[in-house]
Order: sequence, then C-alpha cells, then structure tokens
Amino acid sequence: MTRTIPLLAAVAAVALVAPAQAQDKAQEKLKIGVIATLSGPPAVLGQQIRNGFQLAVRDLGGKLGGREVEVLVQDDELKPDIAVGKVKAFVERDKVDFVVGPVFSNILQAIVKPATDGGAILISPNAGTSNYAGRDCNPNLFVTSYQNDQMHEISGKHAQDSGKKTAFIMAPNYQAGKDSLAGFKRWFKGEILDEVYVPLNQLDYSAELSKIAAAKPEVVFVFLPGGMGVNFVKQYRQAGLADTIPVFSTFTVDESTLPAQQDAALGFFAGSNWAPNLDNPQNKAFVAAYEAAFGAVPATYAFQAYDTALLIDSALKATKGDTKDRDALRAALKKADFVSLRGDFRYNTNNYPVQDFYLTKVAKRPDGKYQTEIVEKVFDDYADPYVKSCKMK
Amino acid sequence: MSTTLLVVQVLNGLQLGVLLFLIAAGLTLVFGVMDFINLAHGVQYMLGAYLAVAFYGLTDSFVLALVLALAAALAFGLLLEAAVFRHLYGRDHLDHVIATFGIILFLNAAVKYVWGAAPLSLPVPEALTGSVALAPGILYPVWRLVIIGSGLAVAALLWVLVSRTRMGMLVRAGATNPEMVSALGVDIRRLFTLVFGFGAMLAGFAGIMIAPILSVEPGMGDTILILAFVVIVIGGIGSIRGAFVAALLIGLVDTLGRSFAVDVLRLFMSSSTARTVGPALASMLIYLLMAVVLYVRPTGLFPAKGR
Repeated sequence: MTRTIPLLAAVAAVALVAPAQAQDKAQEKLKIGVIATLSGPPAVLGQQIRNGFQLAVRDLGGKLGGREVEVLVQDDELKPDIAVGKVKAFVERDKVDFVVGPVFSNILQAIVKPATDGGAILISPNAGTSNYAGRDCNPNLFVTSYQNDQMHEISGKHAQDSGKKTAFIMAPNYQAGKDSLAGFKRWFKGEILDEVYVPLNQLDYSAELSKIAAAKPEVVFVFLPGGMGVNFVKQYRQAGLADTIPVFSTFTVDESTLPAQQDAALGFFAGSNWAPNLDNPQNKAFVAAYEAAFGAVPATYAFQAYDTALLIDSALKATKGDTKDRDALRAALKKADFVSLRGDFRYNTNNYPVQDFYLTKVAKRPDGKYQTEIVEKVFDDYADPYVKSCKMK
Repeated sequence: MSTTLLVVQVLNGLQLGVLLFLIAAGLTLVFGVMDFINLAHGVQYMLGAYLAVAFYGLTDSFVLALVLALAAALAFGLLLEAAVFRHLYGRDHLDHVIATFGIILFLNAAVKYVWGAAPLSLPVPEALTGSVALAPGILYPVWRLVIIGSGLAVAALLWVLVSRTRMGMLVRAGATNPEMVSALGVDIRRLFTLVFGFGAMLAGFAGIMIAPILSVEPGMGDTILILAFVVIVIGGIGSIRGAFVAALLIGLVDTLGRSFAVDVLRLFMSSSTARTVGPALASMLIYLLMAVVLYVRPTGLFPAKGR
C-alpha cells in the first residue's frame, strides 16, 4: 500500500502537468539561429553581426514580439559546405523559426535553399546578391542590408555628379570584384584610365600604387574588403598619394578596419546606407549602447543585425507571437513596421530594402576613436534595378 | 609605359624580393642543414610582427620595439626547438610536416586569443615616414627603401657569416656530413639549435620590417610561406646564395608581371580579353618560372654542395 501512493501521486502529477505543457506550447521559446563568420581574419565582421543582434535582443528585454528568445550562434568558417551543415542542423535538429546570416555573399548562395526548404525564414543582415533580388527572389528570404551593387553605385554616382573626368578603378579578381567595378561604371561616364584586378587577398599594392601615380587620375575607386583594405590604405598614404588623389571605396574603410588603419584612412570616402553619426535618436542610443557593451565603434554589419532583430520583433508583435501561420508572418515581415536605425526603410516586392544611400568620409572623433561620417545623401529611396525580374508581388 | 614607371616597379620588385629572402634564408638553412621541413616558419614571421606591435605599445619607440621583438623572436625560436622540433630531427619528413602544421594552427589561434581577430598596425618610425621624389610626381616611400637596404645588409652579413667564419664553416660541414662533424668533437645538437634560433629571428625580422606596411593579422604568415618555399626550391635547398638570387627573381617576376601583363597582352589581343587573361597569367608567372627552373635544373639554380 505504501508503494502505490507515490505511484498514484506520480500519475496525478503527470495528468496535471500535461495540459499545462500543451498550453505552454504557444509560448515556448522562439529559436533563432545566427550564422556568421567567426573565425579567420574576417571574424571581426561576424562578431559585429552577432554582437549587434544580441544587443538588440537584450535591449528588447530578452523577448521578440513578447516571446522569450533563444539565440543559437554558429560559425560558418567562410566555407559554404560548413555553412550548409550548420544551417541544416538549425532547421532539422533545433527547429529554429528564423535563420539570421551570413556575412558573405558566397555563403548566402549556399544556405538559402537549405534554410528556406527546411521551413525557416532566412534574414540576411549583410549579403544581398543580385540573383535573389531578381529571378531567384524567394518569399522566405528577407534582406535587411542592401543589394550589393548599390553600395558601389554610390561612388560612381557621386564621382559623376561632382564632375570628375578620369578614374582609376581596382578590385579583387573574383565575381564580387567584377560586379563592384560594373556598379561604379553604371553611373560614372568619364574616362576609365585603367581597370585593375588584383588576386584575392593580395597584401602588397606597391605595383598598383605606382601605376596610379603614373596615371594621375582625378579619382580612384577601390573595393578591397577587410585586410586588403587595411594594407591598401596604409600603403596609399605612405606613397604620398592620399593628399593628391581622392579615394572612393566600398567595404575598404569602415569601423571594422579603421582601428588598424587609423590616421592613414582620414579623408577616405566610402559609400554606405548608414554611418555611426547618422542623426536620429534611435541610432544615437544604439551607437552609445554598442560602444558601452563591446568597447568598439559599430560598423554597418552591427547596425544591420540590430535592425534584423527589430524586424523580427515587429513581425511577431503583429502576429501576436505566432510563427505557425507562415503567410501571416511573411506579410508582417514585409510591412517592416519598425523604426530602423537608418531612418527610411521599406521592403520592395523582392524583399530587398528601399532606402537612402550616403557618401561617407573617415574622421577622427574627439575621443580619439575613428568612424565614418556622412558627407551627403547620394540616393533617396533607392531601389535596386533587379526587382524587375522578380516575379513576387 | 614610361622609364620612370619601370624603375619604380623594379624597386617594388626588389623590395618584395628582399623580404622573401629574409624569410627564405632561415627556411633554407634549416631545411638544408638539418634536413627539417619547418612549415611553422611562416608563423614565426607573423609572431615577429605581433611582438613588434606589442613592444611598440609598451615602449613607444620603434628601435626599442625592434630590438626587444628580435630578442623575443630568437627566444621563442629556441623554445620551440627545445620543446618540439628537437624530438623530430631523426624522423620522417611527413612527421615534420604534421607537427609543424599543428604549430601553425596552434599559434594562429593563440595570436587571435591574445591580440584579437582584428588587424593591428605598427606605425612607420617618425624619421622614416614620407617619400622621396624619384621623378616629378613619382614618389617612393622611404620605408620601402629602408626595407631594401636592411635586407641587402642582412644578405651581406649572412654571406660573411657562412663563408668567412668558423661558425659558418661548421654549419656548412654539418650540412654535408653531420656524423663526421660530430665525431670531430663538435656539439652538432647545439649547432642545430643555434641555426634554428637564427632562422626564426630572421623570419621575425622580416615580420617586424613589413609590419608598418601590411596589416598585422592572424594567418599573415601562411601565404608568404608558400612563396618562401618556391624561393628555396628555385634557389636550391640549403643554399643562401640560391635563396638570395631566387628571392630577387621571384620578387621581380611577380611585380613586373602584375604591373605590365595586361599592357603587354594588349599588343596581341583585345583590351577586354587582356584584362581577363592578364591578372590570371600574372599570378601564375612565378609558378611557371619554378616549373621551368625545375625542368632545366632539378636541384635548383645553386644546389648546396654534398646534397
């Protein structure tokens, strides 16, 4: 008899708990998988994405749209095969509702299918390739950054508008490099004195710098991301060119590279959809909070990841925390009913943003840190040209 | 293509060549004298750069940072030799490769752990900033001239050490017949340790000198290591003279190829085709050169005697 009492108690307990669990089902934690490059030299960019996203979740009280959030973070190692494996694990094992990432375009190409086929919604906080903006546009893919070409077009447009006649343009010898120079040339109609493709991850630019000095262009345009940009900028300054020929650039001088470039980068121009000194209250609060938490000035990667969390939050508020009804969730995401750190933001039919773009310039702040600062607006409410070939409405 | 541009590009090629020589010299000595494949030579170059940045942060003086970083690079080389490499000398080349590759992974991760993943930088010493005008409008950075000068000085010093001193004689003898040298009462182990430490210091020196030009970041030694191996294979393994000639050759071929490949190809084909083919060809040139040299002289340009 004494033995049956605990047994009965246990049965009773199970019976009591079971319906309670069923009720909790709707309120169970929202799972989000963040995939970014967190190892190797480009780890700085992935860290900004992770930090920006986690900061937003923290600022929203650990909840998105009223639901507790569990953020899982994985490193894609900048290898498409590794990224696919990690994303599949997110979708199949962890059953995440959202995948957020990646940093690099080649990783995006690899993970769109495994993420969206697996039933998750993929939100890219950085990479925005032309195929997904156009013919391959996907209802389960949202981009909170830009279409890649737009960042390069800013420099071309500004060089053209400011009456520059000759240009020397340079990029790494791979697809993104060729797209970048094509983006510049889409708007710049002056003479291209030389178009140089360097091996990806070239370190020393002495030969190219000598060519620039000999060609004497009115403007130089480069797309040299990460460590390439650090080396180029230092060497450009050392060669004595920085005082005579202005440099326009993309992903070459930003807050992720400036701690290494420092004074050498002062006065370099870049094209961007945002800058730390963009003047609106939500951005000021974000920059201050990011610097307090991580001891570094945020770059575009961080702010775009922050916006990504705001976007998810806004959509879940609209669906009252429900992620089961995917049509409603997608419609809510597409409304983009949140206050972006960049100000104007809305989604085009291809789930890529329509937004403003600025020319920025590297400056040293009174506290000794470096950041890009807005010079002027180059494009207003600018949509990418690929949307025409996207069949989504 | 003007003459001044050609002169500047030759200088650029020399500078790359001299840098490659500083790294390849240590590699070829260790490979030639000790018959030891040290893949970790590249991370020792990286470590030199990181140490210079660290000591510059502490002392605020480039000269002090240089001296301290050199000493630390030497000490670290000796430590690595005593802790790891010494136990591998008698073993197979494959064991060398696996063990030293492990050290690459370990040190790249350790550097990231200590200094972070973001690239660091070392300023050019105040007195050597700026550039000199080689022709009107054509400026050349003073620091790159300093690199060329110091590299040539190290080459001269090495030549004197190896061919004119007792120590150099022992090193050459040890390379040819270590058992005999040992039988004559020379402590061959200590000699090897010295050679290894010196090689590590040379790699560190290259890292320190290049730090003001390149960003200092994890993995910076990995790409240069491949070039250094190309240099010692072309020059002849174990030969300092071969490493010197091959390094300058590689530096010049690579730089001139990058600068003029597209212009030269334009003489034969349309501009847009040249633009596609040129960069691809330019990055292949040094490997083509290596293939040709190995076909004509399988042991390299200046094979070390007795091998």
